[in-house]
Amino acid sequence: MQERVKKPQFDVVGTRPVRPDGVDKVTGRAKYGADLKMAGQLVGKVLRSPHAHARIKSIDVSKALSMPGVKAIVTRDDFADQASEFVPAGEMLINYRDVVRNILAREKVLYEGHAIAAVAAISEKVAIAALDAIKVDYEVLPHVIDEIEAMKADAPLLQEDMITQGVTPAPTKASNVAKRVEFTLGDTAKGFAEADVIIEREFKTKAVHQGYIEPHACLASVSEDGSADLWTTTQGHWVKRAHCAKLLGWDVTKIRVTSSEIGGGFGGKTVIYLEPLALALSKKAHRPVKMVMSREEVFKSTGPTSGGTVRVKMGAKKDGRITAAEGEIILQAGAFQGSPVQPACMCAFANYDLENVKVIGFDVVSNRPKVAAYRAPGGPISTYGVESVVDELAEKLGIDPIDLRLKNAAKEGTKAAYGPKFGPVGLVECLEAAKESDHWKAPLGPNQGRGIAAGFWFNIGGETTVSLQLNEDGTLTLMAGTPDIGGLRASLCMMAAEELKVDVHKIRPIIADTSSLGYNFLTGGSRSAFSSGMATVEAARSIVKQACQRAAKLWEIPEEAVTWEDGEVRPAGENAGKHKPMTLSDIGKIAGKTGGAIVGYAAISAQGAAPSFGVHIADTEVDPGTGKVTVTRYTAIQDAGRAIHPSYVEGQFQGGAVQGIGWALNEEYIYGPDGKLQNAGFLDYRVPVASDLPMIDTIIVEVPNPRHPYGVRGIGETPIVPPMAAIGASVRRASGVRFFELPMSPPKVLKAMKAAGKA
Amino acid sequence: MAKHHVTTTVNGDPVEYLCESEQTLLDCLRDELDLVGAKEGCSSGDCGACSVLLDGRLVCSCLVLGVEAEGRSVETIEGMAQGDELHPLQRKFLEHAALQCGICTPGILVAAKALLAKNPDPTETQVRYWLAGNLCRCTGYDKIVRAVMDAAAEMRGA
Repeated sequence: MQERVKKPQFDVVGTRPVRPDGVDKVTGRAKYGADLKMAGQLVGKVLRSPHAHARIKSIDVSKALSMPGVKAIVTRDDFADQASEFVPAGEMLINYRDVVRNILAREKVLYEGHAIAAVAAISEKVAIAALDAIKVDYEVLPHVIDEIEAMKADAPLLQEDMITQGVTPAPTKASNVAKRVEFTLGDTAKGFAEADVIIEREFKTKAVHQGYIEPHACLASVSEDGSADLWTTTQGHWVKRAHCAKLLGWDVTKIRVTSSEIGGGFGGKTVIYLEPLALALSKKAHRPVKMVMSREEVFKSTGPTSGGTVRVKMGAKKDGRITAAEGEIILQAGAFQGSPVQPACMCAFANYDLENVKVIGFDVVSNRPKVAAYRAPGGPISTYGVESVVDELAEKLGIDPIDLRLKNAAKEGTKAAYGPKFGPVGLVECLEAAKESDHWKAPLGPNQGRGIAAGFWFNIGGETTVSLQLNEDGTLTLMAGTPDIGGLRASLCMMAAEELKVDVHKIRPIIADTSSLGYNFLTGGSRSAFSSGMATVEAARSIVKQACQRAAKLWEIPEEAVTWEDGEVRPAGENAGKHKPMTLSDIGKIAGKTGGAIVGYAAISAQGAAPSFGVHIADTEVDPGTGKVTVTRYTAIQDAGRAIHPSYVEGQFQGGAVQGIGWALNEEYIYGPDGKLQNAGFLDYRVPVASDLPMIDTIIVEVPNPRHPYGVRGIGETPIVPPMAAIGASVRRASGVRFFELPMSPPKVLKAMKAAGKA
Repeated sequence: MAKHHVTTTVNGDPVEYLCESEQTLLDCLRDELDLVGAKEGCSSGDCGACSVLLDGRLVCSCLVLGVEAEGRSVETIEGMAQGDELHPLQRKFLEHAALQCGICTPGILVAAKALLAKNPDPTETQVRYWLAGNLCRCTGYDKIVRAVMDAAAEMRGA
């Protein structure tokens, strides 16, 4: 595997130790959402809508409630209505008025699988029988699934009071268009007038699911005094605590949330579904309630991310300089507003240093599950369209697609169309690494093609708390609060070990519960290694400072006369050599006698998150007999800023790339004319499996983020941004046909090849 | 209806449990025996997270009924390490960072163990096809395949 990691300047950072949570995960010991059991626990199950759109005339739970073994039922009547209020959830916003309607339908059901009631019973069998006994009287309404159909004036209205925001003057009539957004820079009319070549295309993408292997699961226990314990699989337990407290009207402090090990999230576990139901049921039943979704429920009632329509127009000079770019992005929000259309618009042209840009976006509701964040929400959709047009520009102009991108690449000082000027960024370095790679130069076989595309993601910081405790034997205990989905604890321990010059395996990390540590925003926005890393470094430096203070006290010399060097506290200046240097282990032993426990605590709002650019190269082979596209070689190149644990950085590149391959070639939500999802299972939805894929090569580029002590950029999301366009460009060269719609599944590819006389 | 009394062997230990007719082997392992290493990802045999060996044969325990374990031998992830000694596959998964969230890992390790028992020297393609019934959404499979190949080489003494 090629790497561009510069010579290690560190003892620990950049090495590849075994992760601290690893052994528990290979022995089956690690406890995930569904793995905890409490004495006396009940089973909670959810009644879900069989209709895509219907008014709820009545819900009668009396018969179900009288069944032996049924302990509690909750419906819309158990939750107070909420005022319209937007709060952040990862890179997206949620509105409590909608959240309370999504966890349990109120006036209407808005999609197949929409929750209506929840039951707690002594067994799953009894709970399911109780669901069957709940009588719901529906008035079935016409539904709309497609986003373009939903925008039409005569489309069935999901929310009768939805007036499009961002339009002046405000429309007087309700519609399914929740919001219009616009970003402009310069004058695109002028830019297109200067262009020698203009390409204008429309692209369609389908809704796709995050596809985490662990279904949503939680276990709630509420005591008679209202104190609640909630065990849940989540990307952010403080955020879920806030949502539950808000919806239940409870004090935040009453709810203690512990995040289980999490079996994948990708954005989909930033929102609440089961948690408020389990808490409400437990309070009513006076017993713990465990709830676990089935895979069908996960597909029908959680996630996915938007499908959409993306129109792109770009103009360039003969020399390849892009003179103007316009985009129109229409995204499905699902049943409630809040698609990632804003980040989709902001990302669309972020790869390029452009003078004239205009992007318009529309957030459109339809009778689908409410979308949730999915790895770089919105970015892959708009980037698929833009990067495909850039590839076509390169083809029309007869310019190498890397050279065309290099000519226009965003770099330090580039003003992005969405506002900010970039600091040091690594797109040019990634493109150069692509150009120099063995992959780019390798020969291709018959029916094979090679494509390339670039991608961008913002990354965020935010509220983060870490506690680092020096134990009496010199070992350390680290408490972080951002759930660890793919190696976070390893990288935090490595940063602490680097600071403190201790063996990384002498630090035991845990993800603390919400009552043990200050507030932490969730694991999302590629923020956890950046933000919790920054807080860990601050906590470690506090330990060093305290260690120096304790030594000064012991040696009876001023604090300023003590220094920290090579993992030791040493007397300095005129006291140098007068006292025996002390290690952290020595300091740990005397902590009790010199002032008590030594704890480094950092409660910060991490600033200075830096974007990460990536470039992917895809080779595909297209079977002219069947239209099947096989990825034969793949390389993911990305600027990590600094790779703390390179293996887990590579893992993010590889995993994101493969999710993108699935999105490009076979994943999609398929609806029937009845508005029901037809492929709500892994067999029919079909995420990529091992035999579909080649090895995924990686090249880590490191352009350090100057705002992080070790140069870390977020890296988790960018890898899903380039794949669809890279594969599209590759299929174009392999098949001779250019595709404008995802997924590029065999029947579609074969049909297009036949139409073009290529099959 | 009265529950069934099942007598079986799990990871070499004689065990007994009571189960209902419709309970799967996965349910019995997790709910009756508290062996939660096997995971439920789909309950339809599509994801492989519940993989166990039944008389040495790789099965999705969500597709086997609890009563079918009567008189047979079940091996789960909990029986893979010998005391403090991890199985070479477990060790190689850690060395190669072949897991991220880890939810699919127990099933993949059990499946890979079954592969190496059958074929100690698999090609990359053979590893990929054997593991095609075990979904992993985090890793893109690259490091998993490398870890299995490396463990196989070590176990062969290569």
